[in-house]
Amino acid sequence: MSGRRGGPGWLRGYAIGYLVFLYAPVFLLPIFAFNDSAIIAFPLRGFTTANFEQLWATEAMHGALANSLKVAVAASVISTLLGICAARASARYEFPGRRPIIGFIMLPLVLPEIIVAVALLVVLVQLGFSLSLWTVVLGHVLICTPFSIAVLSSAFLNMDRSLEEASQDLGEGRVMTFLRVTLPLVAPGIVASLLIGFTISLDEFIIAFFLTGTEPTLPVYIWSQLRFTAKLPGVMALGCMLLLLSLALLGAAEYFRRRSARQTGSTGGYL
Amino acid sequence: MTDDRTRGRALITLDRVEKRFGEVAALDGVSAEIMEGEFFSLLGPSGCGKTTLLRLIAGFDEPTRGTIAIDGKPMAGVPANLRPTNMVFQSYAIFPHLDVAQNVAYGLRRLRLGREETARRVTEALGMVDLAGYGKRAAHALSGGQRQRVALARALVMRPRVLLLDEPLSALDKKLREQMQVELRRLQRAVGITFILVTHDQEEALIMSDRIAVMFDGQIAQLASPETLYRRPVNRRVASFIGVMNFFEAQVTGEAAGLIELDVAGLGRIAIPAEQAPGGVNGASVSVGIRPEMLTLLFSESDRAEHEVSGEVVDAVYYGDMTYYDLRLPGAARPATVSMRNTAGRPILRPGERARVGWGRESLILLA
Repeated sequence: MSGRRGGPGWLRGYAIGYLVFLYAPVFLLPIFAFNDSAIIAFPLRGFTTANFEQLWATEAMHGALANSLKVAVAASVISTLLGICAARASARYEFPGRRPIIGFIMLPLVLPEIIVAVALLVVLVQLGFSLSLWTVVLGHVLICTPFSIAVLSSAFLNMDRSLEEASQDLGEGRVMTFLRVTLPLVAPGIVASLLIGFTISLDEFIIAFFLTGTEPTLPVYIWSQLRFTAKLPGVMALGCMLLLLSLALLGAAEYFRRRSARQTGSTGGYL
Repeated sequence: MTDDRTRGRALITLDRVEKRFGEVAALDGVSAEIMEGEFFSLLGPSGCGKTTLLRLIAGFDEPTRGTIAIDGKPMAGVPANLRPTNMVFQSYAIFPHLDVAQNVAYGLRRLRLGREETARRVTEALGMVDLAGYGKRAAHALSGGQRQRVALARALVMRPRVLLLDEPLSALDKKLREQMQVELRRLQRAVGITFILVTHDQEEALIMSDRIAVMFDGQIAQLASPETLYRRPVNRRVASFIGVMNFFEAQVTGEAAGLIELDVAGLGRIAIPAEQAPGGVNGASVSVGIRPEMLTLLFSESDRAEHEVSGEVVDAVYYGDMTYYDLRLPGAARPATVSMRNTAGRPILRPGERARVGWGRESLILLA
């Protein structure tokens, strides 16, 4: 096939090179996770699942995983609830300062996380809060909420406003209209927002590192293990599992987002 | 204002209704009575306030000033869900997460009719709109015309006092639209519910309505039956909005014994009865209007008319059953449009040919 349809040949080469650069390191993760050697280097020695078995037996890892799950659930639920309110308000109502307010809520999306983390740490310590999983949740809500709003506001905006009016016209009040029409129609958006929030919180490191007290989350635990070379293959195995989990969650989120788009009659698009 | 109302009692009373959006007056003092059981249309160009008025009646907005009463009860402060009105939306607003039967049953849940009675009424409503057996169909699997019928069934199943229709046919193609016009009319007669239709299509309003309110700039310009509206429009704007109208400049030369004497540019001197000036006579310079079908081409020597004048064909547009001619008449500012039915043996004239045009004085309207 000539390069006509896909553009010039070098452009395709560039695209492939880009993808290799982006994903090759990720593929190394499972390769070394199953390699029977303590040293992360080629050539490969042999196939083993010992790294995973060892992981299974590490108590500290279990604690870190439990912490991460708690934080991720709390952060995704809170940021989704906040996101529902903000997205609905910005999609439905015109009020003074609407744009700047939404702009400031979305700001953490582009703000360097280290700045957010340091600023939060200073403020929380000054206010006399002791660091705990809750302070990590607070930081994660801050960075998850913009994503929730982005997902949810497209769900709210895509919904024909006359659907809510039709419900009122047929005798339902505001609360029942929200429950019977609005909520079912934005539900896929809500699920997508929960999943994205969960994924972001689960592998977030910087904020968790700064704001966690004595209970590390999983990424912080991994970082602490990296100092010991002997633990490296175990970290690889852990990373491997986290990668699969993240992919599954993001895939599910995208599935629900598309289903929502189809139901409300809008055409797809990328997140 | 001509107001030849149908018999019966007023169901909806609009009293000096005004609606402002900031500085803009969308409705500027609308008063009218809509009778029980009639098919009433709000007709006007986009931006005339007709949809705003419909939304005020439905309860989605509150008037800035003035009152709306339904069945004698003032509606101020009564939200949409507590009004005896139901609406067919322009977008149909079919709930996409529910199937056809669930859509139709949506409003019945509050009435607590019980499962069997609900199912019976849903089936009855779907039968009314020719959708029997479509209950399990998903909302997104419906065509435009079917969505429209579901919206209609969903509103009718509530047995409202008033059914509000917001441009319900504008999204349908021409054939389907014409079919639905007839069906809606038939349905309205069958159920006897008061229908209020918003439309910008004058033909649609003429076909379907008992009475029409023609609206311009937030006010009712004329409220009358389709026939009165067509034959006796009160001003030039109404006259040119409803159908096609030829306008001629004219001078009032005298008034005597119920007759108005006129000198019409292009048509000559004529005296017409005073009732053919529905808007009254204001000043000496007026307009005279005549519909294209009221002008007749006199093809043979022996054809005679009460009045006639000779002109030149500038344009001829052939429609199959009809031919529309544009004729230049001596003294007239613009060519006059004449429509002729293409009956057997009748010739089609070409541009440049001369023709005699005849008319009767009862077909002239004097417009201020």
